[in-house]
Amino acid sequence: MSTYQEFIQQNEDRDGVRFSWNLWPSSRLEATRLVVPVSCLLTPLKERPNLPPVQYEPVVCSRANCKAVLNPLCQVDFRAKIWACNFCFQRNPFPPSYAGISEMNQPAELMPQFSTIEYIVQRGPSAPLIFLYVVDTCLEEEDLQALKESLQMSLSLLPPNALVGLITFGRMVQVHELSCEGIAKSYVFRGTKDLSSKQIQEMLGLTKPAVSGQQGRPVAPQDAAAASCKFLQPVHRVDMNLTDLLGELQKDPWPVPQGKRPLRSTGVALSVAVGLLEGTFPNTGARVMLFIGGPPTQGPGMVVGDELKTPIRSWHDIQKDNARHLKKATKYYEALANRSAANGHSVDIYACALDQTGLLEMKCLSNITGGHIVMGDSFNTSLFKQTFQRVFSKDYNGDFRMAFGGVLEIKTSRELKVCGAIGPCVSLHSKGACVSENEMGIGGTSQWKVCGLNPSTTLGIYFEVVNQHNAPIPQGGRGAVQFITQYQHSNTQRRIRVTTIARNWADAQSQIQHIESSFDQEAAAVLMARLGVFRAESEEGPDVLRWLDRQLIRLFMFHLRRSPFLQVFNNSPDESSYYRHHFVRQDLTQSLIMVQPILYSYSFYGPPEPVLLDSSSILPDRILLMDTFFQLVIYHGETIAQWRKAGYQEMAEYENFKQLLQAPLDDAQEILQTRFPMPRYIDTEHGGSQARFLLSKVNPSQTHNNLYAWGQETGAPILTDDVSLQVFMDHLKKLAVSSST
Amino acid sequence: MNVNQHTPMASPYGQPQPGYGQPGYPPLDGGYPAPYAPYNGPASAYQPGVPPQGPARGPPTSAPPPVSAPQQYNQYSHSLGDVQNGPPPMTQAPPRPAGSQPYNQGAANLTGAHPSYPQHYGPPPTMEQVTNQMTRMQVTSGPPTPAGPGYAPPQSSQPPISTSYQAAPQPSYTQAPPPVSSTPTQPPSSGGPAAPQQYFAGPPPPSQQQFASSLPPTSQQQFTSSVPPPPSQQTFPPSSFSGPIPPPSRAPAPPASQSQQPFPTPQPPFSSAPPPVNQSGFAAGPPAQSSFPPQPPPPSSQPGSFPPPGPPPTSAPSGQYPTPMPHQQQPPTTQPSPYHPGPPPLRAQMPPTSNHLPPGPQGPSCPPGPLGPLQQPPSPQTGYPPQQNGAFGQVRSPQPGYAGPYPGQPNYGAPAPAPAPAQKRLDPDSIPSPIQVIEDDKVKTTEPFTTGVRGQAPPLVTTNFQVKDQGNASPRFIRCTAYNMPCTSDMAKQSQVPLAAVIKPLATLPPDETPPYLVDHGESGPIRCNRCKAYMCPYMQFIEGGRRFQCSFCNCVTEVPPHYFQHLDHTGKRVDCYERPELSLGTYEFLATVDYCKNNKPPQPPAFIFLIDVSYNAVKSGMVSIVCHELKSLLDHLPRENPEMDSVVRVGFVTYNKVLHFYNVKASLAQPQMLVVSDVSDMFVPLLDGFLVNVNESRQVIESLLDQIPEMFADTRETETVFGPVIQAGLEALKAADCAGKLFVFHTSLPIAEAPGKLKNREDKKLIGTDKEKSLFQPQGGFYNNLAKDCVAQGCCVDLFLFPNQYVDVATLGVVPVSTGGSIYKYTYFQAQTDQERFLNDLRRDVQKPVGFDAVMRVRTSTGIRATDFFGSFYMSNTTDVELAGLDCDKAVTVEFKHDDKLSEETGALMQCAVLYTSCSGQRRLRIHNMAVNCCSQLADLYRNCETDTIINYFAKYAFRGVLNSHTKAVRDTLVNQCAQILACYRKNCASPSSAGQLILPECMKLLPVYLNCVLKSDVLMPGADVSLDDRAYLRQLISCMDVAETHVFFYPRLLPLVKLDSSSLPMAVRDSEERLSKGGVYLMETGLHLFLWVGASVQQELLLNIFGTQSFSQIDSSMTSLPVLNNPFSQRLREIIDSFRAQRSRYMKLMVVKQEDRTELIFKHFLVEDKSASGGASYVDFLCHMHKEIRQLLS
Repeated sequence: MSTYQEFIQQNEDRDGVRFSWNLWPSSRLEATRLVVPVSCLLTPLKERPNLPPVQYEPVVCSRANCKAVLNPLCQVDFRAKIWACNFCFQRNPFPPSYAGISEMNQPAELMPQFSTIEYIVQRGPSAPLIFLYVVDTCLEEEDLQALKESLQMSLSLLPPNALVGLITFGRMVQVHELSCEGIAKSYVFRGTKDLSSKQIQEMLGLTKPAVSGQQGRPVAPQDAAAASCKFLQPVHRVDMNLTDLLGELQKDPWPVPQGKRPLRSTGVALSVAVGLLEGTFPNTGARVMLFIGGPPTQGPGMVVGDELKTPIRSWHDIQKDNARHLKKATKYYEALANRSAANGHSVDIYACALDQTGLLEMKCLSNITGGHIVMGDSFNTSLFKQTFQRVFSKDYNGDFRMAFGGVLEIKTSRELKVCGAIGPCVSLHSKGACVSENEMGIGGTSQWKVCGLNPSTTLGIYFEVVNQHNAPIPQGGRGAVQFITQYQHSNTQRRIRVTTIARNWADAQSQIQHIESSFDQEAAAVLMARLGVFRAESEEGPDVLRWLDRQLIRLFMFHLRRSPFLQVFNNSPDESSYYRHHFVRQDLTQSLIMVQPILYSYSFYGPPEPVLLDSSSILPDRILLMDTFFQLVIYHGETIAQWRKAGYQEMAEYENFKQLLQAPLDDAQEILQTRFPMPRYIDTEHGGSQARFLLSKVNPSQTHNNLYAWGQETGAPILTDDVSLQVFMDHLKKLAVSSST
Repeated sequence: MNVNQHTPMASPYGQPQPGYGQPGYPPLDGGYPAPYAPYNGPASAYQPGVPPQGPARGPPTSAPPPVSAPQQYNQYSHSLGDVQNGPPPMTQAPPRPAGSQPYNQGAANLTGAHPSYPQHYGPPPTMEQVTNQMTRMQVTSGPPTPAGPGYAPPQSSQPPISTSYQAAPQPSYTQAPPPVSSTPTQPPSSGGPAAPQQYFAGPPPPSQQQFASSLPPTSQQQFTSSVPPPPSQQTFPPSSFSGPIPPPSRAPAPPASQSQQPFPTPQPPFSSAPPPVNQSGFAAGPPAQSSFPPQPPPPSSQPGSFPPPGPPPTSAPSGQYPTPMPHQQQPPTTQPSPYHPGPPPLRAQMPPTSNHLPPGPQGPSCPPGPLGPLQQPPSPQTGYPPQQNGAFGQVRSPQPGYAGPYPGQPNYGAPAPAPAPAQKRLDPDSIPSPIQVIEDDKVKTTEPFTTGVRGQAPPLVTTNFQVKDQGNASPRFIRCTAYNMPCTSDMAKQSQVPLAAVIKPLATLPPDETPPYLVDHGESGPIRCNRCKAYMCPYMQFIEGGRRFQCSFCNCVTEVPPHYFQHLDHTGKRVDCYERPELSLGTYEFLATVDYCKNNKPPQPPAFIFLIDVSYNAVKSGMVSIVCHELKSLLDHLPRENPEMDSVVRVGFVTYNKVLHFYNVKASLAQPQMLVVSDVSDMFVPLLDGFLVNVNESRQVIESLLDQIPEMFADTRETETVFGPVIQAGLEALKAADCAGKLFVFHTSLPIAEAPGKLKNREDKKLIGTDKEKSLFQPQGGFYNNLAKDCVAQGCCVDLFLFPNQYVDVATLGVVPVSTGGSIYKYTYFQAQTDQERFLNDLRRDVQKPVGFDAVMRVRTSTGIRATDFFGSFYMSNTTDVELAGLDCDKAVTVEFKHDDKLSEETGALMQCAVLYTSCSGQRRLRIHNMAVNCCSQLADLYRNCETDTIINYFAKYAFRGVLNSHTKAVRDTLVNQCAQILACYRKNCASPSSAGQLILPECMKLLPVYLNCVLKSDVLMPGADVSLDDRAYLRQLISCMDVAETHVFFYPRLLPLVKLDSSSLPMAVRDSEERLSKGGVYLMETGLHLFLWVGASVQQELLLNIFGTQSFSQIDSSMTSLPVLNNPFSQRLREIIDSFRAQRSRYMKLMVVKQEDRTELIFKHFLVEDKSASGGASYVDFLCHMHKEIRQLLS
């Protein structure tokens, strides 16, 4: 028997699922005592190169409120051609097409190795992918130029049949018509006026007035679609047009007086984008890509006024309830996000500016719809350029690593109920038998909409064991969970991926060791962290920390506590939003990196080795490579830095030094190549200003307070008042003891 | 001129007058006859009246005497009219001497004019006349014995002609004359005198003419001779007469000469008058004639001149209308009869009709016939019959009324039982003829008009003349209703003559006149009075050696700034007076400083924004492509001050249907960009940079845009349009650019799309004629009013080009253009092929014409009067400042003045119109127009120095604004009433006493009735069934900013017979009546808006060949809008004429070829304003009778 470690890994590879517990306590009481709930991280579209989709549709349980999909756990009577649903125990006949099945001739979905299987649904028209660029023109010339180039470049990356649209905004919002020859045509909206979806569609001419029929001209049903085509055109048709159009994009022509911010109508622009898609392609996968170079400064969704003397809100302002526009703007964007999500459209935000851009208010757009948020300093950086390029990366099949309009549905055995999910999704408010009263994350439903998905999108799902203590589960009993994910594949197919997993029930009293050993520390850490972040988003910071402190015991919680996901000190509200956004959607590995950055040490003394994220690891003759997910820091120790400055690497005799210098670069490159979004790449050295990125992360085991207490010349002191891990642990131990009493 | 309708007077006076007139006039008459004839008509009326006034009038008539009997009538009547015209010389001279009193007498004489009727009749039978007169005298005398005597004297005065008359008359005349001139002196009597004058007007003409003008002159003189220094008529007479003088010279009997010219005009009136008179008066007339005989000669001379006018018509009619002929011939006979019968009232009445016929006989004196006008029309009646009846008879049972007048005649005979009803008609030739007046003025005006003399009435708008600015604004800038304002408000109220000025601040001057000088007073800005802020002008009095100046408007004393100081010469004038335009000229400009700019910032150059409707109708009609094509070349002709330089005006383009499309035409773009704004509920400008551009810099992009617009919308199916947001868009664009400017909106349909300013179709013919009719002239809702206000605040002027195929609610759409100093052009059922030329010419002119922006006009006046009301295309947010977002060279503002104190005769009344505006080069300027007029304490002076065309301009604007708040009928009644009061006041206070039956018109107002009738009959006040509500609203708004010349031709179209065209002058116009049209002729008519070429059914083939190049009438293509270019002098000249007409008007007139008896003739006939109109408007003749009735009612 393999170890749990292997089991977990195997399960993750096959199903994209990691449970906090791989044996489930068999009663509610026991489960509650375990503190960490039964929960899992689900990566619905985990890449499975070895899983070819089947070309037929799933067989579902005929019970109206069940509709679970036939799976390997079901009992099948091959002779009677009947199968029993393992969730509701309904006995269902096989459909006629299954007439030929037998024990020797089983369909894939019945084979154990197909606990995860993907179906291709042939029904319905296939909808093209839609990309709607929403571009801020209040940019510096240089930025705008870079952005224009990126956008033009992106056209070549889009599938030829994808529909593309362009909205630009500054003081006004312009929806560009792409089908016209000669004169470039655009529809303009005032940036200060909130318009209803209906108004927007009317103004864009997307709705035909009822009276038009009276004029003797029958309105063809395609009219609406045809009209929409003015704004959303297949890439292959408007490639040239759009390239020119982008090329001619001007910086917002309205004069910006001294001491003012440019007037930026982001709110209305998004509203128009959402309204446009809503009116033309409801329930079709679409991606709104918002590029902003500053905060919204007018109209609905305004985050800050145009007076430069009024700075944009900080955490301090927010805590003092001094952020005038925060609530209103947040509410506005939430409403937009919900509308967008309802139609299956996701919103990406690419914010590149040195100052904040209002991500705090706008984050829900991406969080709810499964869109990306990318934050950078300028559009004219490789960080943005490559990240943006990576949005359009393709998998081994040549398909885009993106999917749209996903709907995740969860079925559970009756002993288990779903409390909620945390991730880039919205509730579909589908109340069913398996929905728990107790909500964790986005709860109260067994279905969620995930508008934008990619292979790494991971949701945390939380369950509750509802079996009563006095109703023991028979020995060897298994609980099952089925995840059904319907989505629009990037090749426009509708697909359904079904993952059915089962775990054994265990009696916590008699089999506590088993349960303990089935604990997946990493998954649990991430799941709990997600809960923490979720709470941090919705509750006051200190309370969350206290909650976390009560809940958690494990080491990395020290880092989580210090992480930007929970701490806002030294981070702008935008940055916090950005970090949290990514934390709740990345897979386990990435999430772990986020919580506890990885530190590699390069030296002449051996191959690169991971070292403690501790100030003691900072040594003069080492090169450190730190990966925090968002940043990739290469830190040259004091001596190394001096050598490098002296140019030893250029000398033939110091070839080894050169190699040493090169090693972390190569590793970093590898990470950079795969990570989305691209991390901020920092090459620094001892004493360099950018070294702060490293110093802020390491455990301050040595500070100016205790430097001499340790009395060793190893490591670098960190100038901070933060507690070190040592202090933390001491405190924690004390607390643990006292709380147990 | 008053038509001496006072039959009563006529009769009594008639006799006397006849005598007078006859004596003096005869000659004149000869000439006058035709024209004057009309007056005679009135004369008949006089008769009745005469009795009472008899004596007084007698004298006046005496004045007339100059006029020959037949002529006399004419003359008399003329004389009245003539007074101005010819009479002045002769009569006037004498009259003046006579003194005002004489006038009274003269007036009587005038009444005498009536006699003239007799005279007319008489003329032929001079002896008879005498006898008649005698008889009449007796008869009349019988009734109004006094009259008889009175007349006698007058006659005596008139006697000039007839010894007896002369004797008496002359003296009286002499005396009388004075009155006129001295009117003031005689004031007391003036009442009487005035009357006389009036009479004179009528009669005077004869007398005046003869006398010159002196007497009649006074009253008349001023008018006619106005030219001559009105004040001192006597002195003037000569000068003024200069023109007239010739006549005098002709006939040693000055009258004659005068009579000729003056007569012509006068005569017409007389003629009309005479007729009436004739009948009754004829009796008397005869005597007059007797007296006249002598005069006749002069007339003859005149006739020569006149003949054409008078005779032609008559002859023409005769030719055409058999009946007319008879009339003429008959008249004489009738006249006699009238006379004879005249005495007997019944006969008198009867006679009229018959008389009319009789007049014919008088043939030679046809004109005289006219005298009988009112009644006589009969002869013409035959021709016109319908009209006559129609007008009065039908409408107001005018005939009865006429009867009244006529009755008057009967009265002569006896108590004038008013029976004579309708039967009698006036001879159109006998009533005051606009053509005659116009022609007389032309003849009279030989010298450039210098503005140096205060209170001098300028030549008529129909006359070509040069102006020399010598301290008052040129009449091209300012025309007043009265150049001699009453001193007190009581007088003003009594006379009811509106005191108004029509100001056209940026009028274009002919090339031979110097444009206003630009004066720069430096950084401190123009020198102004400290208190009233009047600008430095020639009226400022420098005192204390030039260190201070006293404002002549408010009398405040202001220090002269050091840099402006200058020494005074011994007369108290500044030494540099003639070097500084502001000290020596009536019109000049100041350079304004930033203090005069909005926000104290120098203005940006203005912008033109073209907003083009691209809905289905607009595209289909071809409008869109025409506009776009034209703009390409038109943009090179944006207004500029220096022709060498490029225009600094920036341009922008918008197209729209129910959404708006803005265009970015920035020079750096390869292609224009279209920005669609669908949010019409809350309009905004989607771009700033690139919307308003310099034409030269962005030429390529603009051309590309204009090429593409028609293509882009070629397949449009959008039929709905918006309008409010379109203007808002333009306004917002100007706001964003922080400049003033002009929007050119090309619009096709009622804006029914959902948007602010959406309109509903409210055209409801059922409301016409009801109390709710006025609501149709009011805008729907307040949206556009508010919008207009915003536009004005920004200096955004809106010009609207409409291309409607159905109701578009011009009343509402026009609110913004009208309030912002813009124009509306309307092309109903626009078709590219036929209307393109007109539209393009309008557009070109509209774009190119000089224009100022963001203007404020303020009219300051000297203490005693103030501007109380303003009419025109503008907006006012307070009671004094006229705000004009845009002001172009065609826009006129009519300003009404009211007394708030007494004026003095010494200082007169001053007005200064200051217009602050931004020139098309973006320079802030002040244009100053100064105007000084005289003041009078005698009503007679007022009546002597009025300008009817201006009064009509005022009346029309007043009435057309009135329809917004009152029932059209009430408005019409108000007009008629006021007009009647004006004339009644004259009659009562200025004319010599005469019978109530006599219609006496002031010389300078003798066309008031005919013009007023045209106003009353206009589509706005009395719409025909086929006149749309839009048309009415359009006209209403159009008139509101017209100047005098435009209203004149609009209300009384110019009708030219195309017979022989010589290269130097135009053929003389004929009156706007169908009977003036010869079947064999071709006529050209212009109304300022339309141009018709009427082709008679039996037109001469030569004409056809010359004009159309076709052989037959039926081959003429009536759809042609321009004449074929044929290589013959006639065709060339005709086309030249047409071109010159078009060049004169601010709007291009599309040529419409109307074939007689074709369907389109109805449209043409609508403009024959002397005829009864299809919509029920009275004919001139009928209206005149009606007016007379009204006057009589007021007098009684």
